[in-house]
Amino acid sequence: MDILNAFVAFANFVLVPGLTYGSQLALGALGITLIFGVLRFSNFAHGDTMAFGTAFVILFTWWFQSMGISDGFLPTALLALPFGIAVTIAMVLGTDRVVYRFYRRQRAKPIILVIVSAGVMFVMNGLVRMIIGTSEKNFSDGSRFLLDPKVFRDATGLAEPLAIKTTQAVTVVVAILCVAALFWFLQKTRTGKSMRAYADNEDLALLSGINPDRVVMVTWIIAGTLACIAGTLYGLDKSFRVFVYFGLMLPIFAAAIVGGLGSPLGAIVGGYVIAFSELLVTSAWRKIAGYILPDGWLGDGLYQALSTDYKVAVSFVILIVVLLVRPQGIFGGK
Amino acid sequence: MKKLLLASVAATAFAGAASADDVKLGILIGFTGPIESLTSHMAAAAELAMAEVNASGKSAHTFTSVRGDSTCVDAAAAQAAGERMVTAEGVKGIIGADCSGVTRAVLQNVARPNGIVMISPSATSPALTADEDDGLFFRTAPSDAREGEIMADILMEKGVKSIALTYSNSDYGKGLAEAIANAYTAKGGVVTINAAHDDGKADYSAEVAALAAAGGDILVVAGYLDQGGKGIIQASLDTGAFSTFGLPGGMVGDSLPAAIGPALDGSYGQVAQSDAPGAAILTEMGKANATPFEATSPYAMESYDAAALIMLAMHAAGSTDPKVYKEKIMDLANAPGEPILPGELGKALELIAAGTDIDYQGASGVELIGPGESAGRYKEFVIKDGKYETVTFR
Repeated sequence: MDILNAFVAFANFVLVPGLTYGSQLALGALGITLIFGVLRFSNFAHGDTMAFGTAFVILFTWWFQSMGISDGFLPTALLALPFGIAVTIAMVLGTDRVVYRFYRRQRAKPIILVIVSAGVMFVMNGLVRMIIGTSEKNFSDGSRFLLDPKVFRDATGLAEPLAIKTTQAVTVVVAILCVAALFWFLQKTRTGKSMRAYADNEDLALLSGINPDRVVMVTWIIAGTLACIAGTLYGLDKSFRVFVYFGLMLPIFAAAIVGGLGSPLGAIVGGYVIAFSELLVTSAWRKIAGYILPDGWLGDGLYQALSTDYKVAVSFVILIVVLLVRPQGIFGGK
Repeated sequence: MKKLLLASVAATAFAGAASADDVKLGILIGFTGPIESLTSHMAAAAELAMAEVNASGKSAHTFTSVRGDSTCVDAAAAQAAGERMVTAEGVKGIIGADCSGVTRAVLQNVARPNGIVMISPSATSPALTADEDDGLFFRTAPSDAREGEIMADILMEKGVKSIALTYSNSDYGKGLAEAIANAYTAKGGVVTINAAHDDGKADYSAEVAALAAAGGDILVVAGYLDQGGKGIIQASLDTGAFSTFGLPGGMVGDSLPAAIGPALDGSYGQVAQSDAPGAAILTEMGKANATPFEATSPYAMESYDAAALIMLAMHAAGSTDPKVYKEKIMDLANAPGEPILPGELGKALELIAAGTDIDYQGASGVELIGPGESAGRYKEFVIKDGKYETVTFR
């Protein structure tokens, strides 16, 4: 019985939030890693692309809500998502046309493109602030819980509650669907194969007749779509604030680098590694230890390795350790 | 041009040469800075009290105000403004300063060296209670420590044995959480954890996990309702970690129940709010004033009371010397005596002249405790159907 309680407490405070947060990071890191693989630069503007897409999803959600359209049990934002994705794709294709293409034609060094993307980041950040404002926006609706903590407690008779929010379930399901679709696209379709060929060896790909403009365009479309989905899921599950998305850059980059930049599989694993490390290190284990340890063994401490204030520092440390010990990442990126 | 300059110098010299029964009072509050939206009302309220005394003709003095900018945050600027008031303008008392930090600086570096009485309408830091003041410092605003005691009382009456406590990582949150923890522990309660949360984050589930691990009957959230405080409550409900919350003043506002929904019902707390009869009177007086102001704006009532107390004390002591009249302030503010409400300052002056005791109630229901600070009135509330329902005033 006590083991059960310990497991439920673990699931409630570590497993479920970790899976959700990891999925959100993985989707973000996938976008980073694709752009790095194909376009060969680290896109610092990715966090703000997520914010941009989410902002439009929110606007469409509000519009739908005002017209009385809803998804019933699921959040209305899922209906608004395709529209948000379309706007995001238009935006990233637009920036590519106006900004990145110029430097690509010049065969600019990757470091220059990184700086350029930092510039795009600031412009986009300001744009989102102008469009939707700086304050917190809430756009989650539909049923709040898939598994209500009270219902769970009453049904099982356990002391510990287990809650699964609808948004958490939606996040994991959507993430799985996206990843499956992406891998199918990269492995099975002609365009996907040409993208991988272009990423592996640009010159050889050009020689074999692959149209580089088309590859770049498809990459941006996929990256924009993933950014919009990742941002919307994060905003639905937590809350939307432009500044927070700016700060999401660090864990997302850490996830992409831990997995190996350029490796889609690595980005997914990296996302979960970062999410669970943050949670495991900053979680207070007192409750779980209390169920497992024999009576009287439990002291007064919280059994917390680091205060939750240091959550971001955890991804920093992992990032540095990986760069020092295995710079190519777990799955051997570039 | 030269003549014009000379003329204007002469004019200011005349204006400065006050007659013997002209008394200047300083109003040292942040006309610029983070609380500038409040200070116009505060100053207008204090000046209304002076105008009322002057109009009654019962005082031996005519009071004029000298405004100075404390900036609320810049201690050096506040001290310079205070020093100028005392040495150049010759004020006999200061209404101010406003924010706790500058108030402490002005008290130590201007008021004490010069021996000037200061009554702050808005400094709430518990630290001021223990500061050396030579009996010169009073405040018509309650210390945050008082809210801690009130909250501890409420928790005890509800039979809460242990609380988890989280506070906004700010001076306000930290001070209040300390006050609550100290008062509650002193009354025999157990604080299982006292942890900070940062405002402006998207996700508070990690913070809530730590709070849940420590456990407790309820979770007391000493934060801001539009910031981390709301996030903490939402995350607690989402994980089923806590279902009842203790809500201090920073968590009171209609946006909170609207954002959280019915799950917040049954949570309770307290907020500084006066049910004093004088509040309504001053509100009307503020509307009818030559320069209208909102008495319901925070600390406006306290400003009126601060000015009134200084003038009444001068009258009672028969002296404008701060060292003499400072002794009278506590007597006038507290029972026994005839209760005095706003608009009755003329009557108060008469009663004092006749030797009758008065109990100055003013707009905020003044009662000074300890080293001369307001006991404050707090509204105990419980949330029912998304509304803050008043339980009682204490």
